[in-house]
Amino acid sequence: MLGFILRRLLLVIPSLLGLLIFTFILIRVVPADPAAALAGDNATPAQIAQIRRQYGLDQPLYVQFAVYLGQIARLDFGESAYSRRPIVLDIKERLPATLELTLSSLLFATLLGIPLGTIAAVYHNRWPDLALRILSVGGIAVAAFWFAIELQLLFAMRLDWLPLRGRLSPGLTPPSTLTGFYLLDSLLTGRWHAFGNALSHLILPAFTLSLGGLATITRFTRAGVLETLQKDFVTYERAQGFPQRVLIWKFVLRNSVVAAITQIGLLFGGLVAGAVVVETIFDWPGIGFYTVQAILTADYKVMLAVTLLIGVIYALVNIIVDVVHGLLDPRLREED
Amino acid sequence: MSGTALLEVKSLRLSVRTDEGIAQILDHVELQLARGHILGVVGESGCGKSTLARAVLGIMPSRAVLESGEIHFEGEDLLGVSDREMTRRIRGRRIGFIPQDPYLALNPVFKIGAQLLPMLRWHASADLRSEADRRRRVLSLLRRVQIPEPELALERYPHQFSGGQRQRLMIAGALACSPALVVADEPTTALDVTTQLQILTLLRSLTEEFGIAMLFVTHDLGVVAELCDAITVMYAGQTVETGRTDEVLAAPQHPYTQALLACHPDRSGALGGIQGLVPSPLAPPPGCRFSPRCDYALAQCSTRIPRLVKEAPGRFVSCRLADERQRERP
Amino acid sequence: MLILAKFSRDKAAVLGASIVLFALIIALLAPLIAPYPGDIAASHLLTRLKPPSIEHPFGTDNLGRDILSRVILGTRGALTIALMVVGTAMLIGVPLGLLAGYYPGWLSEGIMRVTDIFLAVPQLILALALAQLMSPSLESAMLALTLTYWPFFTRIVYGEARRLKVSLFIDALQCIGAGGARILFLHILPNAISPIIVRATIGMGFTILVAAVLGFLGMGATPPEPDWGLAIAESRQYLPDAWWFSTFPGLAIFITVLGFNLLGDGLRDIVDPRLRRSR
Repeated sequence: MLGFILRRLLLVIPSLLGLLIFTFILIRVVPADPAAALAGDNATPAQIAQIRRQYGLDQPLYVQFAVYLGQIARLDFGESAYSRRPIVLDIKERLPATLELTLSSLLFATLLGIPLGTIAAVYHNRWPDLALRILSVGGIAVAAFWFAIELQLLFAMRLDWLPLRGRLSPGLTPPSTLTGFYLLDSLLTGRWHAFGNALSHLILPAFTLSLGGLATITRFTRAGVLETLQKDFVTYERAQGFPQRVLIWKFVLRNSVVAAITQIGLLFGGLVAGAVVVETIFDWPGIGFYTVQAILTADYKVMLAVTLLIGVIYALVNIIVDVVHGLLDPRLREED
Repeated sequence: MSGTALLEVKSLRLSVRTDEGIAQILDHVELQLARGHILGVVGESGCGKSTLARAVLGIMPSRAVLESGEIHFEGEDLLGVSDREMTRRIRGRRIGFIPQDPYLALNPVFKIGAQLLPMLRWHASADLRSEADRRRRVLSLLRRVQIPEPELALERYPHQFSGGQRQRLMIAGALACSPALVVADEPTTALDVTTQLQILTLLRSLTEEFGIAMLFVTHDLGVVAELCDAITVMYAGQTVETGRTDEVLAAPQHPYTQALLACHPDRSGALGGIQGLVPSPLAPPPGCRFSPRCDYALAQCSTRIPRLVKEAPGRFVSCRLADERQRERP
Repeated sequence: MLILAKFSRDKAAVLGASIVLFALIIALLAPLIAPYPGDIAASHLLTRLKPPSIEHPFGTDNLGRDILSRVILGTRGALTIALMVVGTAMLIGVPLGLLAGYYPGWLSEGIMRVTDIFLAVPQLILALALAQLMSPSLESAMLALTLTYWPFFTRIVYGEARRLKVSLFIDALQCIGAGGARILFLHILPNAISPIIVRATIGMGFTILVAAVLGFLGMGATPPEPDWGLAIAESRQYLPDAWWFSTFPGLAIFITVLGFNLLGDGLRDIVDPRLRRSR
């Protein structure tokens, strides 16, 4: 198993290198004169030349690329034009918030989507299937930003059941940082009140963010279970006298979730895009919010850092998906 | 018919609704199987024999409509038993099942032990209450079907076994709860010839040893000759001839059985075949279903449905010729 | 005919087709149907933020404009954007996919690697960044969406072309000396057309969604355009009292996208034989 994971890690290196080259080309090669761009419109030729020397832009491209790699390796992305702080600090502070939000919505989508998809397949073409199909197509069709606003309107503004925005009520001090996840940290430090408060803040954004994933996982579990139900071994297991519930929830499901798990890897893009929207609307102090600010204020250094971050997380997610795959299907473990 | 039969299927009719129309898969199927005997069900691909095998277990194709018939097993009509009851009392417990393709019939993501042991747990009889007892039982079965290193086999996945070994595992699974009947759906078709022979020998000795009756579905008359006590020939969803194996093979009465025998490479010098194709179940020919391909067919054959004529005790033929012969007899 | 019969039995797909047809009719006849077609730009400060009533079934917005009319007029904009974006993306993506799939070599490699990178970056982020680079406007939003959507077509057509290239009938065509362009456009393309149509249908819905997000974030349509996303953005200041202001444009997005997705789903079930079996 360890060898399996290591091989997957090695496979990621070329794609990450590709991403680095791509970003390098974007910032250093595409602009006709990056020094002039950096210096601004009113710079004198002398100033531009100075900047060119200062940033090493007079060096050959491969030297520049090596310097660029060195900066990335030291996590030196420069300073954000928007927050006036080192970008790496900003990201460190905001990443746990985004991870807490995305992971909880992914967990919710998986835990609910797999049973729902199975039910839809078992009741194939009958009303639960049709209802779930409309719901899952609807989950993809709904605009997350609108849905978030409607949830705020109903549950926060009208009913006043849940908080409108943020991660924690303004009066509360955040729990001491162990993992950076407020839920875990408050549990570990035994601050029950903070836990409840953080949870109530998480519900609406996490639910909004989970919609797309929930719909996708439901659909693919349904398709997977339907496909598995056609298999010979299901007939065999039925003939052996296994009760329907054991047949479906144990023997069939384990064969079917493989397809749904693959989808979780592909959901990543949607989750990041969703996080951008959801964090903006709920004032969630995470990476998505940060990204939108960076884009709106044309803060290219932040955009670069966030792109690399997304690339790395994307690669990690796919490794995890592969490993879970291997755990679920013994045949995959031995292939290589 | 005789009251001693373990399994008796009476005028079973079953159709399936498809996108193209209603397909008559089974039409007046008749068969009976005595306790401890092996009955071969023979016919070309698509004649409904696999559907019949599954129907005995109460497993119908989706969108199937059971039009009429009875399936008597140990004195009760299985068609009147609910699916839940079938699962609890009959499937796996009283009737074992050996599937066609051992490469596809084992769940690929569970270990062998995790597939065989739970079955005994669901159908636990009095002497198998503890997990240790059940484990011992499975191990002895695996040893009996000649799986090497049964202890290790329980911890392995299906893809780590050869085809022949997998079929042995399936046989162990079918026998696990000491059923009275085993339904085998072409259990040797997917295997190579030498393995086939080993599996057949194993099946023969096991049924004798445990006193188990077997419904053996196959398209191979050679296998039937080797293994079965009696034979039922099916054509296009209908029983056309039935009787003791030696009698049917020595003196086939139905033109279809004769043609089948003539096609068998062991029997005919030249490779031949039956002209024409098995009719589509969507549009079965009227009258005798074999008439479009029959050398003896008369005009009346394509209009009148032949009845099943009793030639001798336990010997039935469904053909105009047999009907006429019987009428001529005083 | 069999396809039509199959399709008509799929209730969800028929619902989707009806919604799409309905949306198309509204978009075509928008100025005729809208009760107050002048409310694209007009403002009536005396009737600001009125709740739904007989005169204004969806209520009025912060400038007193009839929301029903603006939703109807917005349909035309949304569908036009989606059609232009998907159509252009198809014109770029399909030939590239055909080329890459049929002629292996460095060109194919290059096209597919670029496609991979585009597909790996979340589309919304890429579109946002591109729209910002080109200075925010409706035109740059459309261009950004097009630039992010063509790889989806390239990937599909690439797969189909690769699959068909090794098939017997293409072999036969090559043997009788048919030229590459002829084989590509007259023989491979027609066989790849159904997955393209499915992708385009789903892409219509998807584009409407992303375009609405761009409008919402102020990177798309500009006031006083009757854009759905823009309207929802404007409505936020007037919540929770003017609930109708955000609700109806959002429902319009939802129903339109739902229609395209249901239709695309139904088409895929007919086209994809692997899924057809399980239906």
